[in-house]
Parts: sequence; C-alpha cells; structure tokens
Amino acid sequence: MTTKISSLAAPNWAAQLRKKARWGESAIEASLFAVGILTILITLAITIVLGDQALLFFAEPEVNLQEFFLTTSWQPQIGDFGIWALVSATLTTSAIAILVALPLGLSAAIYLSEYAKPRARAVLKPILETLAGIPTVVYGYFALLFVSPIVRNLVGVEKVGVYNMLSAGLVMGIMILPLIASISEDALSAVPNSLREGAYAMGATKFEVSSQVLVPAALSGIGASVIVGISRAVGETMIVAIASGAGPKFSFNPLDAAETMTGHIARISGGDLPYGTVDYTSLFAIALMLFLVTLILNLISQWIVTKFREQYE
Amino acid sequence: MPSFTYPEKNELERFVAARYRTGWVWQVIFLSALIIAIFSLSALLLNIVDGAFGYVAYEFKKDPLTISEKPLDQLNQQELIALLQANLSRGAYNKLNNEKPMESRSQGELYNLVIERIIQVKTLQTYPLFRSLFEKAAIEAEVSERYPGARLEFRSWLSPTFLTTPQSSKAEFAGVRTAVLGSLWLVGIAIAFALPVGVGAAVYLQEYANKKSFISRVIQTNINNLAGVPSIVYGMLGLAIFVRAWEPFTSGAMFGITDTNGRTILSAGLTMGILVLPLVIINAQEAIKAVPDSLRQAAYGVGATRWQTVWHHVLPNALPGILTGSILAMSRAIGETAPLIVVGASTFITIDPQSPFTKFTALPIQIYQWTSRAQSEFQAIAAAAILVLLGLLLTLNATAILLRNRFQRRW
Amino acid sequence: MQPANNTQYAIETRNLSIFYGEFEAVTNVNLQIEKQKITAIIGPSGCGKSTLLRAFNRMNDFVPTSHVRGEILLQGTNLYGKEIDPVEVRRRIGMVFQKPNPFPKSIYENIAWGARINGYKGNMDELVEQSLRAAALWDEVKDKLKQSAYALSGGQQQRLCIARTIAIQPEIILMDEPASALDPIATLKIEELMQELKRNYTIIIVTHNMQQAARVSDYTAMMMLHGDTRSGTVIEYDRTDVIFTRPKDKRTEDYVTGRFG
Repeated sequence: MTTKISSLAAPNWAAQLRKKARWGESAIEASLFAVGILTILITLAITIVLGDQALLFFAEPEVNLQEFFLTTSWQPQIGDFGIWALVSATLTTSAIAILVALPLGLSAAIYLSEYAKPRARAVLKPILETLAGIPTVVYGYFALLFVSPIVRNLVGVEKVGVYNMLSAGLVMGIMILPLIASISEDALSAVPNSLREGAYAMGATKFEVSSQVLVPAALSGIGASVIVGISRAVGETMIVAIASGAGPKFSFNPLDAAETMTGHIARISGGDLPYGTVDYTSLFAIALMLFLVTLILNLISQWIVTKFREQYE
Repeated sequence: MPSFTYPEKNELERFVAARYRTGWVWQVIFLSALIIAIFSLSALLLNIVDGAFGYVAYEFKKDPLTISEKPLDQLNQQELIALLQANLSRGAYNKLNNEKPMESRSQGELYNLVIERIIQVKTLQTYPLFRSLFEKAAIEAEVSERYPGARLEFRSWLSPTFLTTPQSSKAEFAGVRTAVLGSLWLVGIAIAFALPVGVGAAVYLQEYANKKSFISRVIQTNINNLAGVPSIVYGMLGLAIFVRAWEPFTSGAMFGITDTNGRTILSAGLTMGILVLPLVIINAQEAIKAVPDSLRQAAYGVGATRWQTVWHHVLPNALPGILTGSILAMSRAIGETAPLIVVGASTFITIDPQSPFTKFTALPIQIYQWTSRAQSEFQAIAAAAILVLLGLLLTLNATAILLRNRFQRRW
Repeated sequence: MQPANNTQYAIETRNLSIFYGEFEAVTNVNLQIEKQKITAIIGPSGCGKSTLLRAFNRMNDFVPTSHVRGEILLQGTNLYGKEIDPVEVRRRIGMVFQKPNPFPKSIYENIAWGARINGYKGNMDELVEQSLRAAALWDEVKDKLKQSAYALSGGQQQRLCIARTIAIQPEIILMDEPASALDPIATLKIEELMQELKRNYTIIIVTHNMQQAARVSDYTAMMMLHGDTRSGTVIEYDRTDVIFTRPKDKRTEDYVTGRFG
C-alpha cells in the first residue's frame, strides 16, 4: 500500500499518465468484434449457399426462370418446375392462419392490456406463453389427429381427406396467436397513458377508448405483428409437413391436400438425397424464395416498429 | 359561446345504456379469444394424453403359458436366456448373441426379446384414454366381435421401459432412449457454440460498439432478421456447409473416424447453435442492458479497464438473465424439427450416440416419424414421445425459473 | 343525474377523504365551488391537489385501490352514489391535462370524436368550428382541419384539448396545471382563454404557479400536508385577493409569500 502511494506521489506525472498499450484489452475487444461480425457472416453464408445452389438449379437445361415463376405444375420427374404449385399452398395455409390469428390475437391483446385485472393477467399471460413454447411438431400431431377429424366430420368425410390445408392453417393460426397477441399488446401498452385519460375524460366507455383511440394509435405496432405473423406462417414447416398433405398441387381450396414450399423441402430432403441433382438444387431455389420473402417481411415490420417507437419518444 | 344539443333525460339514459351494452358485448368477444386459446391448449394437451394411454387389443402368436410355468416378467436373466435358446432357431439365437452377448443383456432387454421374438405380440387395435375410461363395455364388445381370441389390456405407452429402450420397428417395443440422448447431445453442442458466441456478440454491442455507428446498426438489424429466418432455411445452411462442405470435420474423418458421412450429431448441433444464436444474443443484450450504469461508473472510477469492468461487474450481474435466455434457447433447440430433417437425421437408430461424429436421431424426429405412420399404435407412441418432450421442456423451464430466483437473491 | 335543485354552488364537497388502499391521500375537504368562477387549488408538491381535482370527474377510479369517503355534490347529486355512472360524470365535468394530449387523429376528428360518442346529432362541421372559435384556435387551424393534431404546437394542442372539452358541453372544466408544459406566450393565451370561458363554465384549476393563481382565479383553495399523517387537506379557502393579501392561516401566508416550499 505504502509503496503504491509513494509511487503516485512520484514527480514524473507525464510518464505516469501516458497511454499504455494494453494488448490483452485490445485482443479481447478484437475478438468480441469478430464475434459480432460472425452474425453478419451467417446471413452472408445463407445468401451465398442458397444463391449458389439456386443458380446451379436455374442453369439446368430443363429449368428456366419464366417457367419457374409463372407455371403451376411442380413435377421434377417430368421436368416441371412451376413454383406456384407450392406457393399456392403456402399462401392458402398462411391466409387461413392469419384469418384465425389476427382477430383472436388482437382481441386477446386488447383484453390483456385494457380489461384484465392484474390477477387475471397473471393467469392468462402464461397460458399464451405456453402456447408459444410448444414445439411445432406437437402442433402437427394436434392438426392431424385432432383438428383434421373434426374438420372432416363437419364438412363431410367424402369431401375432405385426412390431409388438408384447412386443418394445417387453423392450427398454424393457433400457433401464431400468441405472437400477434404479444406484439400487439406491447404496442397497446406503449400508447401513452395521457391518451387514455384524455379519452376517458371525454366521457367515453372502455370499449370506445380501446377501439377508437388506442387501437388506431397502436395501429402500426399491430400491423408489424401481422407481418411478423405472416412471416412465421410462411416459414413454418412441421405443421404443414404433417397435416397439409404430401405432393405439390396448385390449389387455393382449403379442403384440398397440397404441399407448401417448406413441406416440400422437408419431404424431399428427408430421404438421402444425392447432392448436385436437380431435386437437390431445386430445394435451394425454393429455400431462397422463402428466405427473401421472410427477410423482406421482417425488415418491413422492424421498420414499422422503429417508426412507431419514434412517434411517442 | 356555442351551445350544442346532446341527448338528455330518457333519451340519454337509453343512449348510455346502449353504449354500455355494445361495450359489454365486445368485452365478451375480446375475452372469448383468450378462452379459445385456453381451450386450444387444453384440447392439445388432452389429445396427447388421450393418445398415450388406453386399451390395446392384441394377440399372441405363441401363448406365454405354453413356454413357461412362471409368468414371464418374473423370470430371471438365466431363465430368460434358456427360454430364448429353447424357442429360437440356432441361427437366430447366434445372430442375437453376436450383436450383444446374451449375458450382458439386462433382464428387461431379455424380456423384451422373448416377447418380440417368441411370443410375437401383434397389436390389432388401440383405443384412446377417454374412450377406454368411459366406454369400456363397448370396447370389449367390439373387440370380441371383430377380433375373436384377442386379449384386451390397458396400456400406458409412456413407461419406464419406453424411456430406456431404443427404437424398434415394432411400436410395442419401441422406446425413445436413443432419441432423447440424441436430443441432449444436440442441445449440448448447440449451446456450447451459441452461449460464448452469443454473449460475446452481446457484450460487443452493448459495452464496446458505438450504438450509433453504421456497423453496429447493421449488426443489430441483422441479428433481429436472423431471429425471423425460417428454421428450415437454417437446415439448408447446415446441409450445404456442415454436412457437405465441412464433411471431413463433421464426419470425424479428420480425426480418423471413417464409417460416417457428414450427417452427424456435430453437423446438426452446429446448425441448431446457429439457429438459436440470435435468441441468445437478444436475451443477453437485455440482461446486460438491465445492469445499472452506476455500477460501470463505479468500476471505472477506481481505475478499472473496460474489460475488467465487463468481466468483474457487468457479466456477473447479467448472469441470471443470460442463463434464463440460454435455457429458453435450449427449449427452442430441443423442439425444432425441420432443420434436423434437412441436415439428415436418421430415423432408425438403435445404438446410443457415443461421440459427436455419429449418426443421430432426436426426439422431435421420432415424433414426426411416428405421427406420420398410419397405424394407431405408432400414433400412440408418438403421443408418449410428445409427453417425454413436453416433460423435458417443462424441466428446462422450471430450471430457468429456479436459477433466476436463486441468483436474484444472491445479488 | 339531473339537475335536481339549483343550489348556488356549481359543485361542493362534504367531508371528502380520498384513499389509495390504506393510505389516506386527502383528508376531510369541504369546498363550495362558485358557479362561473375560476377556482384555483394551490399548495406544495405532493399535497394531493391533483388527487382532489381528479376526484371531481372520477378519474381516480382508474387507480384500482382508490376509494372515497364523504360526498361530492353536483347540484345536489352525490357523484359517488351507487347509481352514478362515471362515464356520464365525465361528460358533465370535462378535464384538461398537464401535458396536451390530443388523439392521434386529425384536428377535426379530435373534436368530433367526443361529440359523436356522446350522441351529438347536429351539424358536426358547425360544432367543430364553434368549439375551435370558443377555444380561440379557429383562425389558426381553419385551413388544416384534416391534418394531424400532432402537427400543432404545444400551446395550440392544449387549446385543441380545451376545444374538444367545450364541444361536449360540460358544466365544469377541470384543468390540471394546463400551462405547465407551455412557454410564457402560450401560457398567456390559455389564461386569456380561461377568462373568456368563465362566462359560461365553472373552472377549477390546479397550479404550481402562484402568480398564475393570483392572475386568473377568483377563489383559491390552499392545500397542505398534515404533519403527522402525510395526508393533504385544504387549510384555507377564500377569495383569491384575500388569500394573497391577508390570509388567516400562518402557513398560507408563509407559502404565498415564498417563505415555504
């Protein structure tokens, strides 16, 4: 101790205070930076890997871009690669999912944020979180063995098969519900309390305040939740792989069995697929489409959320 | 000064009452969304429980009473071996013995062999739990009419044996041992990769990077985007990079292991690690953000360097949050299925995984495979496997809560 | 809630105490607020001024544990009676808040919304124009009624909030430090507007600013914390000139002369 103090009291202050090279510190900072950069490399790797294989696919003699984007038959055996056969099922199941998840999720969000007492919230929120935490393969089981039989009984066993887009879409809606509910609830709670008070002070009822002031004020956040929900539905694999049907089919009829983009990738790659074949590279072309669509959706929703935050800051 | 006419007296009363009625109707509608969510959750859970237990109608090829005087499950190891020797052809017995010497097999394994190879149980029909409980008479009548001579027994598909036996081509003898071990390996590798990398990235972003700088904004946006990339796309990444490009490493060829290709536990674990990385980073960032600034200033104030501040003060205080986040990431990894299908999980594996360089199967893969089978007994073991998976998830989450509470008390 | 008997006061409190759970925030207030006058509530921070003000239109109902003892009488009717609907109370007793809080809607909609939900069936354009005129805002915004209210300055936003309150024709307007977030010029406009408004409305204003209370109000209620219970109460209530020139209570005198708080 005493030596330290005497050294501090030494007359040569300039030498004492001069910047010292701390190699350990610099090495640590450099490696932390490298780790941060790694996350960008992952995105680059995804883009390069998917792009590279997709290019190989489009370079195949039996494939051309026009056919890929504009035709509706996907039968690799006879050289048909029209992605609409898969996109139609992705759109149909995702649309059903959003039709289920948006009204339910938004209602749940309004109830939790404006109506529920703290004790009710303490019970209700974990239920939504549990729903969000269930692995999708379990939802697939539920879709195939619980929802599909009910749908078939209601619609008529002769009209609907075991595998159908409706059951898969409905269950996907239940899966997305907690996501939409939680983002929308965040948006509603972010509306400043002064707006609530202002509206109540005008003699409005709780429903009038919620539906006519708070929901419009939180609209961008709610919009972002819907976009994230769509992105999740488009990318969801296991529910559709199990319950929506195997085999591409161009159809928008929810009662049909049809394979989505993700379902197709899962089924084809499930076998020991030889590398470098058209079947193999075609999966990367599909995955690239998926990646781009979800990337754009995610960017949009992030942009909305950032704008929304600025609005009240 | 303006004066406007509003409803008064009776009209006002009716008007306000109508507004309240509308509000009440909508409140019921809002609440019903949550009721539907609760209903779905209970339907899902009940549906699984319903499938995992219930009556089974089955028949024996050979009646156990004809080969042994004592009930089979009371025979000891030696008696079971003798039974197998007496009832199997020499060739079949030797083959089994070569796979694994009879003496080294446990009583349970031998019992299963006897049932599988000699008694040869055949499941004719399975019944779900609630029907089994409430319509026992109808089930008995149906079985005696449709399958004369069949036996009816209440069976819990989820059992200790189910947990400890490996996969089998017959649902009656299949278990999840290899799948559970595979899942644990996967999650272990995933978190061993994602935790240090994720915490490092979070520390960089929160403690080192200038938050307004271009590069840190790009990294941040990129992480948020990675969190939204469909899991199957990560599978494609893993397939192209870990399984194919890095095959010498991931198959273990570099280390002298020759009997596998790149579709190993290591490839799948790394794929999962990349998949949960954004989750780990975002959670770790939140945990680091929650550490009060006064603590950092105090450390700097006594002459600590930046890293000393981070290592001695910020990270220890952020630890509970980081741990909780990691456990959430593990829950995500343990339930993910699609990327495993793509990187090539094997579906039929009976040997416990020994190293990261072995072929693997995992719990969700088994669930997927069994769910996709048409026979009701496979759907029953799928339900049982789901219960195992949900049990694992519950354990993980409970651990997260316990850890968090414990650490919160300490600091 | 009909005007039962025309008492001489706009609103009065009788032995009013306000609680948050066990905690008694305001104790035993007896005030008779004169019609078409401006009454200021002054006092040091945390003495329950806003709590008292918010009791008048039952805004405290949103604090789950809050409750009152005693009565607030609006023309003879107890606002805390069992059969009283808080939604109707708030229509009769409007409120302007500390920070301007227009709805994220157009200027026009900000005014029309309150009128619509309260069942106004007349000409909406006319109501919007007259309310804006009454709030001395019409000339500034008449060309941009469809624009977002957020495009207005803070002072204009506050006058818009006053206009939307006028539009629902309350009997009393509560103002909770309406100028504390505004610059001196905007403050002056609000104060002028208040003098205009008191010809038709009874105004109760909470203010931190003693000069403002002295400038605008006709009556002043002085609130102070009770030493032992940390609970606020009105220690003196009189004409404003009396409060500021020859208060009866020593504590009031210390406060208005700046010797306290």
